[in-house]
Amino acid sequence: MSKIKELNALLQQGKVGRRDFMARAGALGVSATVASSMFAKSAQAAPNKGGTLRVGLGHGSTTDSLDPATFENGFTQFIGYGLRNNLTEISNTGELIGELAEDWDISDDATIWTFKLRKGVEFHNGKTLDANDVVASLNHHRGEESKSAAKAILEPVTEIKADGNDTVVITLESGNADFPYIVSDYHLVVMPAKGDAVDWESGAGTGAYKLDSYEPGVRATMKRFANSWKEGRGHFDDAEILTIADVAARTNALTTGEIDVMDRADIKTVHLLGRNPNIRIEETSSTAHYTFAMRTDTAPYDNNHVRLALKYALDREALLKTILRGHGTLGNDHPIGVPNRYHATEEELPQRTYDPDKAKFHLKEAGLSSLNVDLSAADAAFGGAVDAAVLYKEHAAKAGININPVREANDGYWSNVWMKKPWSAVYWGGRPTEDWMFSTAYASGAAWNDSFWEHERFNKLLVDARAELDEAKRREMYVEMQTIVSNEGGVVVPLFNNYVVGMNEKVQHDGIAGNWDMDGNKGIERWWFA
Amino acid sequence: MHKIVLMVAQRLALGLLTLIVVSLIVFLGVEMLPGDVAQAILGQAALPETVAAFRKSMKLDLPAHERYFAWLIAFLQGDLGTSIANQREISELIGVRLANTFFLAAMAAAIAVPLSLVLGVLAALYRNSVFDRAINLTTLTSISFPEFFVAYILILFFAVKIQIFPSFSNVIDLDLPFWERVYRCTLPAITLTLVVVAHMMRMTRASIINLLASPYIEMANLKGLKRSRIIVHHALPNALSPIINVIIINLAYLVVGVVVVEVVFVYPGLGQLMVDSVRVRDVPVVQACSMIFAATYILLNLSADVLSILSNPRLLHPK
Repeated sequence: MSKIKELNALLQQGKVGRRDFMARAGALGVSATVASSMFAKSAQAAPNKGGTLRVGLGHGSTTDSLDPATFENGFTQFIGYGLRNNLTEISNTGELIGELAEDWDISDDATIWTFKLRKGVEFHNGKTLDANDVVASLNHHRGEESKSAAKAILEPVTEIKADGNDTVVITLESGNADFPYIVSDYHLVVMPAKGDAVDWESGAGTGAYKLDSYEPGVRATMKRFANSWKEGRGHFDDAEILTIADVAARTNALTTGEIDVMDRADIKTVHLLGRNPNIRIEETSSTAHYTFAMRTDTAPYDNNHVRLALKYALDREALLKTILRGHGTLGNDHPIGVPNRYHATEEELPQRTYDPDKAKFHLKEAGLSSLNVDLSAADAAFGGAVDAAVLYKEHAAKAGININPVREANDGYWSNVWMKKPWSAVYWGGRPTEDWMFSTAYASGAAWNDSFWEHERFNKLLVDARAELDEAKRREMYVEMQTIVSNEGGVVVPLFNNYVVGMNEKVQHDGIAGNWDMDGNKGIERWWFA
Repeated sequence: MHKIVLMVAQRLALGLLTLIVVSLIVFLGVEMLPGDVAQAILGQAALPETVAAFRKSMKLDLPAHERYFAWLIAFLQGDLGTSIANQREISELIGVRLANTFFLAAMAAAIAVPLSLVLGVLAALYRNSVFDRAINLTTLTSISFPEFFVAYILILFFAVKIQIFPSFSNVIDLDLPFWERVYRCTLPAITLTLVVVAHMMRMTRASIINLLASPYIEMANLKGLKRSRIIVHHALPNALSPIINVIIINLAYLVVGVVVVEVVFVYPGLGQLMVDSVRVRDVPVVQACSMIFAATYILLNLSADVLSILSNPRLLHPK
């Protein structure tokens, strides 16, 4: 029977599907009915409770705090989602589901959103969740005095008010069919209200885990919250989240069994790590991407032929192989990734390839025989950005384009280089919705429109698609927008990087989300030990 | 004896002055770096109005000299202030880390200092023998490798191949029993030992050998004393002064210069805190760390001088 046990184990780890299981069980002499019931039993086995999950994260700094307005790295996001909940959640299969909001309603023009809160939800400090907590938590990011990084995404909100104890009504200045996605953002977690303000200092939330200790830049420990409302989530008794900034130290800790999960495995050596029988590599394609943003308000980038010439002059395949060692997907000069809902397929928008002749053609159309440009890059933009710029120079030389890669200082890169220099390397974590991504970095007048791009048709589509409630029409609009950005936009998008996580074999899951790293940064409540 | 007390008092007063000068240099240094704490913390997400709001709420919009003197006055009253980045009390932020740093330094010193003294004396005793050469070769090799390389080699053998020590030093729990803490710090302490032994050992050997040509050693030789007795009882006490100085410099290094080892072993010490704070331009924390580091140097140098004088009273009466 040991073979069958093995097979069961494989099944529980999701390594064989039903068809495979039946065939293999048949080969071991198990009858079809028995095999079928075995499949049902194993596959539906409820996740085990218990154990201490130990996670080593590459992020985390001594300067971090528990205030979600300051969250900017993976460590704070990960503990933030463990301690607190949002109105909505993006599930591990990429669907939008209610979290603290049980249900929501929308006005016909998509401007007024009414969120019905779940009843009887308890905070770690014993307080019961009511609408005032939600209002205060969202307002924490708004207003003149706000220092929050989420201020921009709540800019279109004109009013947030409580209607009774368990209803929150949010009014927008213009319709947005995607608004429930926005409130799943890691900044917009719900904390207990303290007057008009919120209590973020204590770390109290409604999450599946409550804070036990927190030493910024070193470690956070959490315990399962006994009165958590979230059924079927939060399987570990305790969790210990460590900052291990050095990737070699993180890998050592995983191989020696001192941690169970590590994020951001070193892609140079991950194939070796995967050979360790106790370790499993989980790779998810993501919406996070690398870009080279050109200022379309500055010559020569104000000419679309120049922009197209530069887009054709880059060998993306080679970049994927060298910079990401294959751990990513090709970009098509627009910021919408494969996990996004309305990602344009190959038929809808063919992949742009390396074509020096076309690049030369567009250069000629622009009235130029050769082109000399500076490309600013630093590893602060993304790991390998400087190498990527040097490779770009090599590729573009064949098209008669002379790119001069400029290595900029890492310190202050986002303040002094990005959106200041005419052409620079940029990293985007990606956004769960098309509208969110486009509104953040491509809409006319958006604070982070890093190509200073203005496109009438695009901007009109953006507003229309945002309020469009018909799925098919929306898809059509978003595909058109991706096409416009790809062909006329000011940004070269060469690559989307994968999230590469290393975990001990005993850590189990039922599918990993691609909206953020570490299973949407919710691994702590979604995973369990075998 | 009162001369020593007077000297210590003088040096302490000078030390305080040095601290203030250091704080001014550090402040100006951080000011000159591109970007400020508001831009560094908000990063890519910084909007002009959020940056302005941040600066205003942290009083960063005041001119540099006002901020410096406000800090200096608070510091002289014993108030380290709060971190700009996460608004925690700096004394609370630093307390545990300072203890960790001193613990690791003390542990490494407890291994390295006796070891290098004994090895130095033995090397002097059997100078130019195979033993002497072997010791010199080994210690020079270990000091020549960068610390992170020594650390990774130790991890490879003692944590990955034969798993007897942990690969990272999880010492955050305050109630960790003493010996458990020592166990978890073994690899970083050995790494530091390997890095500092050569310096102290070779100084010991050199200063003893230097003295072996002196007339009183010759006399001892002629009296027929054993070589080991000559070296330990006659040569070593007179060689102590330079040895003490080298030991103290290495002790200071063990406190101040171990950030690479902290990163490799994920050891929560003061070095990492200082690097993080410089990265986000959190001036009050940078100042607090550099004051501690500078004070370490000043106090250790002072103790080196006092100990040298005690071991050689002639130094108290300069001609």
